[in-house]
Amino acid sequence: MNAMPARPVLIDTASRPASPEKSVAVPPSQQAKLQEKKVLPLKAPANSYAARISSTLRDVAATVIPPLVVLAVMLLVWQLATDKPGAALPSPMKIWSEANDLIVSPFFVYGPQDIGLGWRVLTSLERVAYGFGLAAIFGIALGAIIGQSVWAMRGLDPIFQVLRTVPPLAWLPISLAAFQDSGPSAVFVIFITAVWPVIINTAVGIRNIPQDYRNVAEVLRLNPLEYFWRIMIPSAAPYIFTGLRIGIGLSWLAIVAAEMLTGGVGIGFFIWDAWNSSRLSDIVVALIYIGIVGFVLDRLVALIGRVATRGTANA
Amino acid sequence: MSVTEKPFLQIQGVHKTFRRGGTETEVLNDISLDIAEGEFLSIIGHSGCGKSTLLNLIAGLTRVTTGAVLLEDREVNDPGPERAVVFQNHSLLPWLTVYENVHIAVNKVFGKKKSRAERHDWTLHNLDLVQMGHAKDKRPAEISGGMKQRVGIARALAMEPKVLLMDEPFGALDALTRAHLQDSVMQIHARLGNTAIMITHDVDEAVLLSDRIVMMTNGPSARIGEVLEVDLPRPRERLELVADARYIHAREAVLKFLYERHRFVEAA
Repeated sequence: MNAMPARPVLIDTASRPASPEKSVAVPPSQQAKLQEKKVLPLKAPANSYAARISSTLRDVAATVIPPLVVLAVMLLVWQLATDKPGAALPSPMKIWSEANDLIVSPFFVYGPQDIGLGWRVLTSLERVAYGFGLAAIFGIALGAIIGQSVWAMRGLDPIFQVLRTVPPLAWLPISLAAFQDSGPSAVFVIFITAVWPVIINTAVGIRNIPQDYRNVAEVLRLNPLEYFWRIMIPSAAPYIFTGLRIGIGLSWLAIVAAEMLTGGVGIGFFIWDAWNSSRLSDIVVALIYIGIVGFVLDRLVALIGRVATRGTANA
Repeated sequence: MSVTEKPFLQIQGVHKTFRRGGTETEVLNDISLDIAEGEFLSIIGHSGCGKSTLLNLIAGLTRVTTGAVLLEDREVNDPGPERAVVFQNHSLLPWLTVYENVHIAVNKVFGKKKSRAERHDWTLHNLDLVQMGHAKDKRPAEISGGMKQRVGIARALAMEPKVLLMDEPFGALDALTRAHLQDSVMQIHARLGNTAIMITHDVDEAVLLSDRIVMMTNGPSARIGEVLEVDLPRPRERLELVADARYIHAREAVLKFLYERHRFVEAA
């Protein structure tokens, strides 16, 4: 820290260029880039259009082929293990033939209770949207308050740490007793499952706002609302999105528990219903649907997070 | 700049004690200083001597334990845009562009006094003042350290502060960039006539820029050791000053204070 003070002037004056103001605009990093540009054309000619396409294809193949191979092997082992009379679980071939309409056409409608899994997923997604939406709003608001106050953090954090481990199914009876109606109770179960990571991550994000940004806000005399929108939310955004990403995963996990209550046409209830009528093949197909939708939801929130926190990522 | 009976900025018998756990540390011990309007004042001292604390007290970011800071005869107890701060590590908000970083300050300070178009022009004017108009749409991560500090200065100037507070504004920059920015700050000070207080640990920087240099003794319980008037005519030219007897004398006085009478023992 204690820089020797005598040197700079001599060095500066000796090596100062003729036009001091212009040279400021070209920092060393950009000068390095200029030099790179001179070098590139010499190497470039070999790199043709076709070569670039083939290298892209190779990259795609490298990411797509391994999971496909593993999947094929798994299906084969599964088929060999269950392809005999009296097997407890259906084989892939049996599932294909028994649940063919569920697999190939997600959006059929044969009757009020006999619809494609696509429709069921959409119904469940609507429910999750309510539950997760509430969890996001309450989670960020509560997290902001807790992150601001040392006492709220000390008081509430242990309670949250205990409550967040309670599984979704355990909330069912309490939720039903409180709301007396299956619809709101289902949304509540999703909400209560997803809200904890949002609260905790937001609180940590708020606590980690650098003192520099707080000082800037103080010098500018930002009011609490301005501080919330202009400093807190952008600064804590990476943490908030981590919480939201965990939250969306958890709320999708809670869908089966929630729909055991509500009945109707959701994908969660479909599994419960199929189990009661021993349609194992349908359950397997529904599981795959749930898995894929959960994966897409996770990636979607991650993508939104990446776009929204572009500015803060490399600050 | 007329000398009235009341100084523009007064620091009166300021003590600052930090309390952590059971232990109390006195950082500043009886600091008194009068600063005239339009003056450029540097505060120099070794690391840990409380010079940044003193600046934070003037900024209102930290409260005095006893004593008072008075600006135009009004006591300072909280931060505000009339005492704009240029932070050591620029403190730009990384999610805003260069333009937005200055504009947020302009909107806050002149939201009611100026029209939307005037605020836009004022933002651009201040960016041009530090020669950063060309990078207005870039984000802080995309520009160099020197450029960030320029934007930090533009943001502070855009608030039209009564006092411009700079906390080691060039500390994190390389020697060449530092020299250019020092020249820029001198030009801007000559043009706008702001009152400016700068924390530094660079002797040449202090002598080149200041009207007066306040030298602090080592902490804890740092005091003002000496105040040196830098009697050099403005505008000052870096190259011409190197051989100027008054410049050499001032430099020597500060160096002697720092390295003979108040050696920083822990640094060895």
